[in-house]
Order: sequence, then C-alpha cells, then structure tokens
Amino acid sequence: MAHDAASHESSVKRIWYVFFLLTVLTTAEVILGIIKPTFLVEHKFLALKFLNWIFIILTLVKAYFITWAFMHMEGETKGLRRAVVWTAVFLICYLMFVLLVEGDYIHEVYKAGYVKYNF
Amino acid sequence: MEATVVKTGTEGKTWGGGDHSPLKASYGKLMMWFFILSDALTFSGFLAAYGFSRYKFIDSWPVADEVFNHFPFLHGVDAPMYYVALMTFILIFSSVTMVLAVNAGHQMKKNKVIFYLFLTVIGGLIFLGSQAWEWKNFIQGTYGAVETKSGRIIQFLDTEGNRVALSDIATESTQRQAHDRSSGIWFSTDETLAAYTIDDIKQGFATKENLRIRIPKLDEKGHPIILNREQSLQTLSTDAIRVVEGANMYRNEYGTPLFANFFFFITGFHGFHVFTGVLINTIIFFNVILGTYERRGSYEMVEKVGLYWHFVDLVWVFVFTFFYLV
Repeated sequence: MAHDAASHESSVKRIWYVFFLLTVLTTAEVILGIIKPTFLVEHKFLALKFLNWIFIILTLVKAYFITWAFMHMEGETKGLRRAVVWTAVFLICYLMFVLLVEGDYIHEVYKAGYVKYNF
Repeated sequence: MEATVVKTGTEGKTWGGGDHSPLKASYGKLMMWFFILSDALTFSGFLAAYGFSRYKFIDSWPVADEVFNHFPFLHGVDAPMYYVALMTFILIFSSVTMVLAVNAGHQMKKNKVIFYLFLTVIGGLIFLGSQAWEWKNFIQGTYGAVETKSGRIIQFLDTEGNRVALSDIATESTQRQAHDRSSGIWFSTDETLAAYTIDDIKQGFATKENLRIRIPKLDEKGHPIILNREQSLQTLSTDAIRVVEGANMYRNEYGTPLFANFFFFITGFHGFHVFTGVLINTIIFFNVILGTYERRGSYEMVEKVGLYWHFVDLVWVFVFTFFYLV
C-alpha cells in the first residue's frame, strides 16, 4: 500500500482518459454502422467485409484498454498476464478459425444446389 | 507492485506455500482470473457458434440496424442502434465508476468507495432495464413479414426501398378471434394469432402497385435481392404460407430463426452475468457500509468484484460488435 497521493491522482486521470477513448471508439463504430460506406461494405478481405474488419479491430482495441487499464492487467506480473491473455487468444483464434471456415463451407454446399429452397 | 498483494486474513489457509504468493497475486484474485478466463472461453464458444451459423445462413441473416431501431419516446422514428449505443455507454460508464471505487479502496477512503459502488449498481440496473426493453421490442417486432413454404422469411418494401409494415399492406383483417379456456370444456390453449391472415396480405399486396418483396438471397455485391412487381406477385401467391410478427424461438420476422435463438441465448446469458454482478456489487456495497473491509484493513474484495464487473463489460463489447455492428 505504498501509494502516494500523486500516483492516485494520475491513475484517476488515466481512468477518465481511457473512458474518453472507449466512448470515442464506440461512437465511431456506431456512426460507421449507420452510414455503412459503400466501398467498405462491397470489398472483402479473407471473406470478411472491410467494414467488419474495422469493427473487429476497434473492438480488440477496446478490449485491450478494458483489460489493461480497468482490470489492471498492466500491474500484474508477466506470468499472470501471459497465462491469461495468451491462453484466451490462442484458444479463441483456433475455435473461430475452425467454426467460421466450416460455416462458410456449408453455405457453399447449400448454394451449390445440394439443398434447394422453394423459390 | 505491492498493492496487488495484501493481507486478507486467510494467510496460511489457502496457498500453504509460506509467505511467497505465486505470481505475486493473492489467492482470491488469482481464482477470479481463473474464473474469468474460463467464462471468457464459454462466451467465445457461444459467439463462435453464432459465427458458424451466420456464415452458414449468410443470405438470410438479418441486418442489425433494421432489427434494433427503437428509441424510447421516439415512436415510428427509425433510430438504428442509437439505443444500444446508449446501453453500451452506460455499461462502460459503470465500469469507470467501479474502477474509481477500487482506486478509492486503495486509499482507504470508505465514503468514496460507497459513492462509486452505488453509482455502479445503478448503472447495472439501468443496463438490465434497457436490455428488457430491447427484448420487448425484439419480441414484438416492427414491420412483420411472411414465411414461405421452405421456412424462409420474405419482407415488404416500397419502390424507394423502405420497409413497409403489414398494417400498411392489408386493407382489412379477416383474422378470427383467438380462443381461450372459456371456449370449451376440454380446450386449453390456442396458437398466437397474427393481426392479419396470409390472404389479407396477399389481397392487399395485389391492390397496392408500389409494393415489392425482398428475398433472403444476396446479389454478387452482398446486398439482398429485391424482386420486381411480377416476380413479387408470383412468389407471394405461390410460396407464402404464414404471417410472421415479431420473434419467438421458432420463427421471427427478421430472418433465419437461429438469429433470434442466438440473440435470446447470448444476450440473455450476458444479462444473467450483469444480474449476478449487480447482486454481488450490492452485497459488497453493504459490506463497505458496515465497515467490513475497513476492519480487515484492505479493500481487496472490491477489487476482485471489480474484476468480474469489468469482465461483464468486456463481454458486452464483443456481443455489441457481433450482434449489432458486424
């Protein structure tokens, strides 16, 4: 508990700074989601629209700030940080890759005409 | 960072490894991280399943800003995602008050902790109420749609491409009266009846020249296909079998049934977490007032509960992205 008043002052400042940042990012996401620029919607990278890439990257930025600043991950030891973050990131990437590729494949199978809809 | 290691009165009972705490974190905090990691993987499992189904039915997946377009006191105004943005803001703000409470706890300022915890609980309650309202709108629906023989949803548009509600299509309603138990001795329940029958819609559609239908198929640029007038009339007369209003677990007016299933399950599961968080925050709030942590000489409990609360916020950030934005 060897905190002095000055370091608390600065940590409160940082909290408000992060809050401001999260608000700006969320607002940017919502505005993009409402106007949906045609270029970003009609062009894709790795089967994902540019716009969705922007959303996902901004979300990861927000997740980083929540975890590091609010959950105080930056103050934990390297071991704890890696045990939590690397595990989650690795498993989630793996799961997403397997399921999304498979979902897209099934969609292609349906589209190729093995299943027909009645119109 | 000595602030992360504090005496909680349980030394010698938990680690049993002497004074040396693994990872320089207290027992309770490490266990909270264990829980958060496993819960994060649970949520990723749900969201991955959602992504799987979405890619599988990419044609008939609803567009979020047509589904979530309500705002309190703005009836009939198209307000895509304004409300959910506000909800997100409220939850992030309650995360801020939580971290301010934790910060005040480090300084052993009891009254500040009480004040910020109170704000956090209020924020959580507002969020829960908002979610209930969001569910209500989702279940009630806005425009209504028609289901085809193969269980797909077709929606109505005018020539400018704006959605048209069923009540603006049908000229009259010939829907029968719903029966209840008073109708007969052995009778128990009736199905939920839509405001219009499918024939009302077909008739109304035939008389109004400016109406078109949109089918759950995408063109090569990824926009849903809108049929011309002849095709619309043809499809409606041969394929449409049922009027769909709002959403339930079997069908919904927005698109593929799985969308509503995932919406109810994932936002419901998240809402359950928020509810639990509010409950735990309230308990801690009263403990702080009673001076439990003042006597213990450490507000680490506020920090641990704070971790959980931030995690709930973190999950919402992802749910928000994948349900409302992407």
